[in-house]
Formats: sequence, structure tokens, C-alpha cells
Amino acid sequence: MPDNPRENTDRIYLFVCFDPMPLLRKIILSLMLWLLAVSGSPLSAAIGHDHPTATKYESITDRSFAWPSVDEWVRVLTLRDYNTRVVLVGTTLLGIAAGILGCFTLLRKRALMGDALSHATLPGIGIAFMLAVMTGGTGKSLPILLLGAAVSGVLGLAMILLIRNLTRLKEDTALGIILSVFFGAGVAVLGVVQSMGKGHAAGLESFINGKTASMVASDAQLIACVAALVVFFCVALFKEFRLICFDADYAKSQGWPTILLDVVMMSLVIVVTVIGLQAVGLILIIALLIVPAAAARFWTERLVVMLMIAGLLGAASSLIGASLSALLPNFPSGAMIVLTATVFFLISMFLGAERGVFIRWANRWKFEKKVRRQHLLRAVFELVEGDEIGAGTPAYPISFQDLLAMRSWSARRLSREVGRAVRDGLIIETYAADRKIKFTQQGFREAALVVRQHRLWELYLITHADIAPSHVDRDADTIEHVLGPDMMAELEALLFTTGVPASPHKVETQALPGH
Amino acid sequence: MLESLESWSWALDGWIIAAGALCAAASALLGPYLVLRKMSMMGDAISHAVLPGIAIAFLVTESRASLPMFIGAAIVGLLTAIFTEWIRRFGKVDEGASMGVVFTGLFALGLVLVVQAADKVDLDPGCVLYGAIELTPLDTTTVLGYDVPRVVITLGAVALLNLTCVLLFYKELKITSFDPALATTLGISSRLMHYLLMTLVAITAVASFEAVGNILVVAMLIVPAAAAYMLTDRLSVMIFLSVIIGIASAALGHLSAIMVPAIFGFGSTITAGMMALSAGVLFVVAALCGPRHGIIIKLIQRRRFAAKCLGAPH
Amino acid sequence: MLNNHSIPARTRGADHSPESPLSIHDLTVAYDRKPVLWDVDLEVSAGKLIGIVGPNGAGKSTLIKAVLDLLPRASGHVNIFGKSYKESRARVGYVPQRESVDWDFPVSALDVVAMGRYRKIGWCRPVTRSHKNAAMEALDRVGIANLAHRQISQLSGGQQQRAFLARALVQDADLYLMDEPFAAVDAATETAIVGLLQNLRERGKTCLIVHHDLQTVREYFDEVILMNMRVVAHGPTETTFTEENLRKTYGGKLTLLGEAAEANARQSAGKH
Repeated sequence: MPDNPRENTDRIYLFVCFDPMPLLRKIILSLMLWLLAVSGSPLSAAIGHDHPTATKYESITDRSFAWPSVDEWVRVLTLRDYNTRVVLVGTTLLGIAAGILGCFTLLRKRALMGDALSHATLPGIGIAFMLAVMTGGTGKSLPILLLGAAVSGVLGLAMILLIRNLTRLKEDTALGIILSVFFGAGVAVLGVVQSMGKGHAAGLESFINGKTASMVASDAQLIACVAALVVFFCVALFKEFRLICFDADYAKSQGWPTILLDVVMMSLVIVVTVIGLQAVGLILIIALLIVPAAAARFWTERLVVMLMIAGLLGAASSLIGASLSALLPNFPSGAMIVLTATVFFLISMFLGAERGVFIRWANRWKFEKKVRRQHLLRAVFELVEGDEIGAGTPAYPISFQDLLAMRSWSARRLSREVGRAVRDGLIIETYAADRKIKFTQQGFREAALVVRQHRLWELYLITHADIAPSHVDRDADTIEHVLGPDMMAELEALLFTTGVPASPHKVETQALPGH
Repeated sequence: MLESLESWSWALDGWIIAAGALCAAASALLGPYLVLRKMSMMGDAISHAVLPGIAIAFLVTESRASLPMFIGAAIVGLLTAIFTEWIRRFGKVDEGASMGVVFTGLFALGLVLVVQAADKVDLDPGCVLYGAIELTPLDTTTVLGYDVPRVVITLGAVALLNLTCVLLFYKELKITSFDPALATTLGISSRLMHYLLMTLVAITAVASFEAVGNILVVAMLIVPAAAAYMLTDRLSVMIFLSVIIGIASAALGHLSAIMVPAIFGFGSTITAGMMALSAGVLFVVAALCGPRHGIIIKLIQRRRFAAKCLGAPH
Repeated sequence: MLNNHSIPARTRGADHSPESPLSIHDLTVAYDRKPVLWDVDLEVSAGKLIGIVGPNGAGKSTLIKAVLDLLPRASGHVNIFGKSYKESRARVGYVPQRESVDWDFPVSALDVVAMGRYRKIGWCRPVTRSHKNAAMEALDRVGIANLAHRQISQLSGGQQQRAFLARALVQDADLYLMDEPFAAVDAATETAIVGLLQNLRERGKTCLIVHHDLQTVREYFDEVILMNMRVVAHGPTETTFTEENLRKTYGGKLTLLGEAAEANARQSAGKH
């Protein structure tokens, strides 16, 4: 009984006395502000020092270069290597930010927006590189490239919104157009860059495929900064984002600037994408924005919890994926991160506690079992009842054949159901000359309850919902099983004061049992 | 600007345009259905997701033989559609998200496999992404005494296959796109049609990307169809226009790949990218100037309507 | 008291009283070139339950959405308590159609109701305990406080509708616009909603309700607006909800008319 009134008052009481959410919110917000403020120098101190010549597996504490593989495991897992440390910190923060932000884009039904926007950043990167080279720089300055990426991402977003609002094309087509045209433009620009002959363009490819292993402390700092910013926005605007995701029209009628909020959300997506380009690459950052959020949805029906789980899954995928990649040099880290996330998704999809496939199958199976049991009890009861009323001799216990004729069930299915009911002590089956069935005490009581419920509901439908009586039985068969005891009491009061109308069933013109 | 065309040679540039146009035609035949079924992103998803199919074919056959690669990629492409549908149905995940999960997962798997295969065969992920249409004329076979690029033959065959399917199943595809429930009651399996379409998309993606890269396929699947949708209300006309726009943007793309960078004093650039960009430009033109649904005509109508309302006597 | 106005009512345009909860002047709304509302003039009196009745596609929902600035207007203006909608937004509560929402969304009934307070809470501030208590109170008023922590898809249709009503209640508005609150709800919910509406009226609130069931119009509403792309008739239910006006509104749909006439006859017979 999920809705025990006492249990509920307790819950309300508890809820009024202590609400942990505002506190948690304050803690997260100030933590993010702190992270934002300190992601300059102290973080790099925490990670270690950036050695310009740092090669993979170079460590601060131990500079020996020969180690067995067990040691390698230990080194990676205990974060003893400077490089591993940078990579793991960076990708994990990215995972958290992308996971949390992904929840909102998923619920806004804009999961693929990240896909389009990440592709849309490419021309910006190329043009920024060209401009930097033309003005005398090397073109390798990360902030300039990322700025270019962000600008063209915002441009892509604007174009998507324009196409969606000004033409009759749907959002998915707008995304597809921007994705392919911008990426095409980006490829063309990169082609020009290559033909410039200045040589250094090769590094730009890492934006498409990601180059996690070459991440340095300043990259990790940038990621930390951005991650803190994204989490800060998601927590501060939690209520607003939830509102536009759930019911944008209502939000608009309340005077919330829904377009502005959408733009803020999508700008955060662009920011995460731009930062993620370097870490895991253009295509795989999309996965971090979608997969952990989609996986988290299976575990909970509460948005706050969903955000936490998604952040956790994002972090875990990044951590595990990057570690695996550090251990197995032939496995690119971006891909390993996404594969780990996909594994988490599959596990969640099947085992998820709230919406997972297994739990829903189990619920449905339970429900069907209950429906079958009630069908059997009702059939037996109606037969017994009919005999008592009918002119003939009471043939109790009733025969299996009569029971078979009551419904459109096969003999096999019926015997199986009867066998189950016998095991549960509801009916007794005897095999004298013929198969005979009769109720136990408990079985009779339960059957009476079921029949009563069924008839109440049927009568309710007839009297109140103006449904043609010929349709009633079918509906009642499925709906009665979800009626709770409270509803039954309500129905009783409602119906037995107004009197009992004629029912479509022959047998049910008789007085109801239990009265 | 025109000097940059001095090195133009029909033997080379003609074949490049032919390859691009065939790819565009093959994709643009399917595009209208993707757009109308609100599945535009499926083209993108499939063309990314075929990577593991190709990599597995490489690993198994240890060669760049076309047929195994083709089959492997087509199977994985179809699997993408099936997995997406499964996750959407069984996991109750929003369609876009389930697509995202499937294609990024498969793409990541593909990347890992490609790296493993890299020791054995030369396979460049970058090449997969934006192809090497410029090298098309170099790899030829002899057909009826003429030297024809292998790619042109493959793409021609795929374009023909798509054309046949679209002609054969025109009304089935039409009705399943418009009203799948009605189609099912009429005895036309909308699921079968869905997977037929997805198979064709996968085949087109695979055939195209060796030559022109998957970016061009994605662009040609959606952009010409979207442009055509702005110009007409009839499906048959839309498919026809879509093909025309696709072919036009292929030609325009190659020309501008040579000429546009020259304006700024650079050498030529990657043709596939410029073809996608040209398609985008054509789309913008169509979206602005469409006869009934164009942005300009709509603005004018709205203005006129408001004026009429205000001007009405009270 | 307002009389049985019939169109054209343009002559009334000028003398809108400033304090009317809702006055609409010359409103025309069009999707592209297809007008769905044509020259709507309306003045609603305070403290009344007002039903908006008309055939499918008559623009009933469109009217509400246009008032709320959810749809662009081709012409005309809307005054709420003498000011524009933007200025008097806080005094307007909106109950959208149930279909407009993704019921799979991970929020509880309480969360949904608390959304009615978001505007009052303001930017970036969290939903505090006092707001949650107010939401809980509203849930209690619509009779589903015991379901406060259920995810919304686990509520029945009627309970979902009650949650929406509770959300409008916590706004503590003076004018409520409700889009088909009686659509597909069970009898118990219908009774509960009617009780709630009467309570709102007693407290001087004005409710505009899109309604589809002609049989209950007389029972529920003080005033009725009959519309079919334009306002056919507007006035007290007694004098306005007549067979003649219904015929003007519904045109040739005789079965519906017959039903309504029957219901009318039954009801007036019962009253006299």
C-alpha cells in the first residue's frame, strides 16, 4: 500500500522540518566560485608542475624509466605520474560538467544540438588559425583557437534558431543543415590552411579526433575553470532550466525569457564542446553530453538526483576511460571514455532502478499475473454464484469444463492458472471422475473482494462516465486492477447512495456479495 | 580569379564533378524522405557509425578490398537504425538521445578498431571524415574501352539503386512517411520501409565516403532536400528538385574550391567541403526566395495582412 | 449587467472600463495567412466564472494563448486590469491543456505546483521551504496532498489536472485562464474542480474557462462566451446560452445542437 495516509503525513512532516537542498545548493555554488577563482595557480600546484619536456610517464617523485606492468597499473591508479594526473583531472572535470549540462539538453529534447554545435565550431578554429598566422603569430595559441570555435558555434546556434523559426523546416533538419554545411566550410578552411604551406596546420586535426594524452596543466586549468562555470550556471539556474524543459509555454506565460534561457543553455553546450574538442575530440564530446544524462534517467524520477548521477557517471566514464587509455597505449583515450560511458549506459538501461528495462518488465509481469489471477477468481465466483441463483441443482464444486467456457482461455492456460491458485491455497482441485474446483475460505474471501471491485467499477463507469454499457466490461477488466482501496471506498459511497443501475451482465443483476 | 581555372582539365575536374554529382544525386534521392520523416540526423548518425564496420572488414580481410568493407559498413549502418529504435522503444529514451548514444558509441568503437588496424593497413580516420575526392581520377578501371574512375562506377551503381528503389516504392515510402499508422492498416509495413530507407542510407554513406568523405554525404542527404522543401509542396517535385540542387552544388562546389581561395591568394582547397558549403548557399537562397514558403514572401504577407487588419473600417 | 451582445460589437471598443479583469479590443490572430480569430472584442466582468464555448477549431485556445502573448497578434490589444499583459502578469494564472506537457519529465507533483511560484521567487534563487509549503497547501486544496511526492506520470489524468490547477492557485492570481480543465477527467475531479472554481469566485477572482461539454454550461458558468473565430455572443448564461445563439455558433452541426437543446430544456424545466 504505497499511499498509506500516515506514512504520508510523516513524510510531509519530515519535509517541513528539514530540507537539505538549499544547503547543498549553497555549498555547490560556493565551491564552484572557489574553483573558478583558484583555477589559476593553486590548481596547477595541486596537480604538480608543468615540465615543458614532460613525456608520458615522467614523474616527479620517481624518474626511473623501466618498470614492470604491475607497477604501471599502480602508477596510473595512484596518480603518481604528472601527465596522467593532468589528463585524469581534466577529463574528469569535463565529464562532470558535460553530464550535468547534458541532463537539461536531454530533457529539453535537444540532445543532438551538441552534435550540430560541435561540428559548427570547426570553421571558427580554421579561420582563427589563419588570422593568427596572417597577423604574424604561430596560430597555435589555444585561447585564440577556442575563441574562434566559440564564435562560430554561436553563429551556428543563431542559424539553427533562425531556420527553425523562420521556415517550415523542423529542428532536426535545421541541425542537420548547420552541422554539415558548417563542417563542410570548416574542412574547406582547413584545406586552405594546409595549402598556406606554413606547416603547423597538422595540429588542428587534433580538434577532430582529440588528443587527450598531450593535455598539459594549462589545459586542465582551462577545463576546470569552464567546468566550474557550467556547474555554477546549472545550479544557479536550476529552477529556470527545469521550468523551460518541463513546460516552455507556461514559462513564457509567466514572463520568463524562454529564448534567453535557451540561448544560455546552448551557449553552455558550446562552451563545453569547445573545451572538449581538445580533450576527446569533436565527435566524442557529443557522447559525453548525451550518454551519461540518458543513463542517469533510468535511475531516478527526481531531477536533482538525475543531475548528480549524470555528473557522477560522466566523471566515472572519463576517469576509467582515460586510465585505461593510459595503461593501454594503443587505445585512444577519447574513444575509451565514450566506450566506458556506453557500457554505463547499457548497464543503466537494463538495471536502472526506476525506468530500467528489467524493472519495467518485472512490473508488467507482476501486473499481468495479478490480472490473470483475478480473471480466474472472478470466473469461479460467477459460476458458483450462478448456480446458487439458477434453477438447477447447485453443482458445487464446479467442473473444469464449465470454467473453461467462461472465458476465451485455452485449457492449458487455465490449468496452469488453476495450478498456481491451488499452490497459493486459494482453490482446491479434486480429480474424482471429472476435474472439480472449489474455493478455500481464503480464496472465497479474495474472490468476493475482486468481484465486488470489478462490479463497483463497472457501475461507476455506467453511472458517471457516460460510456456505452456495451463497452464497459472491456475497460473495467484492465482498469479495476489499478484501483486502490481509497478509491473503492469513494465509489461505494458514491454508488450505493444513488442506487444500482442495470448492468450489462446477466449475473450481475443480482445483489452484490458481501451485502 | 579566372586564371585559377587555367589548370582546368576535363579529364581530371570533369571526373571529380561527376563523382560529386553522383554522390549528391544518390543522397538527394533519399534526403526528402529523411527530412519529411523528421530523421535528418539519422544520415549523420549512420555515416559516423559505419566506421566499426569498415574497421572490422579491414581486420578480417587485412586488405582494402571494397566488397567486404562495403558489406561490413552496410550491416553496421543498418544496426545503427535498429539499435536506435530498440533503445527508443525499450529504454523509453528520446529519439535524438538514443541516436546520439548509438552513433557515438559505435564511432568510438570504430576509432579503437581503426587504431588496432593501423598496424596492418593504412587507414586514415581523417580520410574517412572528409574524403579525397581530388584523387578520384587517379584510380581508374576500363569500361567499354574507356578509362573510368572506379569511384564513379560505384557511385553510379548506388545512385541507380536508390533511383530504382525510390521509383519502385514511391507510394509506399510516401504513405509511410506521411502516416505510418494508416500505412500499417493498409498492409504496408512502415517498419520494413523504415529499414529499407536506412539500408539505402547506409549503402550510400559507405559508397560515398571512400571517395568524397562522410561530410559530403551528410550534407547531400539533408541540405538539397531541405532547399527543395522550401520550393515546393509536392513530393515528386521535391525529390526532383533535390537531385537538381544536389548536382548543382557539386559542380558549384568544385568550381569554388578552385576559385574562391584564389580570390584571397591561396591555392585550391578541399572540394568535398566546398560542395557542402555550396549546398548551404543554395539552401539559403531557396529559404529566402521560395515562392510560397520563402522567408521574404512570408514577411511581406505578414506585413500586408497586419496592414489589412489595421486598415479595416471599425 | 451585460446584455446578450452579438457581433458586431465594435461600437463598444472605446468605453472599456479600466478595471475590467480582461478587455480585448479588435484582436485578430492568424497562423501565416489563415486567420483563426477575427476582430474579437470582449470585456469580462470581475468575480465571474466565464465559459468559452464553441466548436472544434473555433479559436478558443488561440484566444487564451493570444491573451498570454504566446502567439503573435496580427492586430488589436489586450488589457488586463487596465494594463498590458506584461505589466499585470503577476495577476494572471494560466492552466494549459494537459497535452502540452511532457509527462515523463522527472518532477514530482509538488515540483510542478511550486513552479507557480517561480516568478515570485525570482531569478537564480532556490525554491525555499515556505514556497514548498505553499505548494503543499495548494495540493491539499485540490485534494491530492498525499500524492505530492509522486512523479507526475504516476498520477491519473484527473490528478494531473488537479496538479495544474494547484499550480495556478499558488500564483494567487486575480484572473485565471484555463484551457479545457474538464477534458478527460473523472467525475470526482470534475466535482472537485467545480467546487474550487466556486471558491475562487467567492473570493472575487475571475475565471475564463475553455469548455467543451455543452450539457454542463448552464450549471457551471455565470457568463458564457460563444465563439467561432469571432465572438458570436457574450453575456449571462441565462440569456445568452440560447438555442438561437448556439445555432449561430455551431452552424449545421445538428446532433450537437439537439443534445444541447435537450439539456437546455431539461435544465430550465428543472429550474422553473
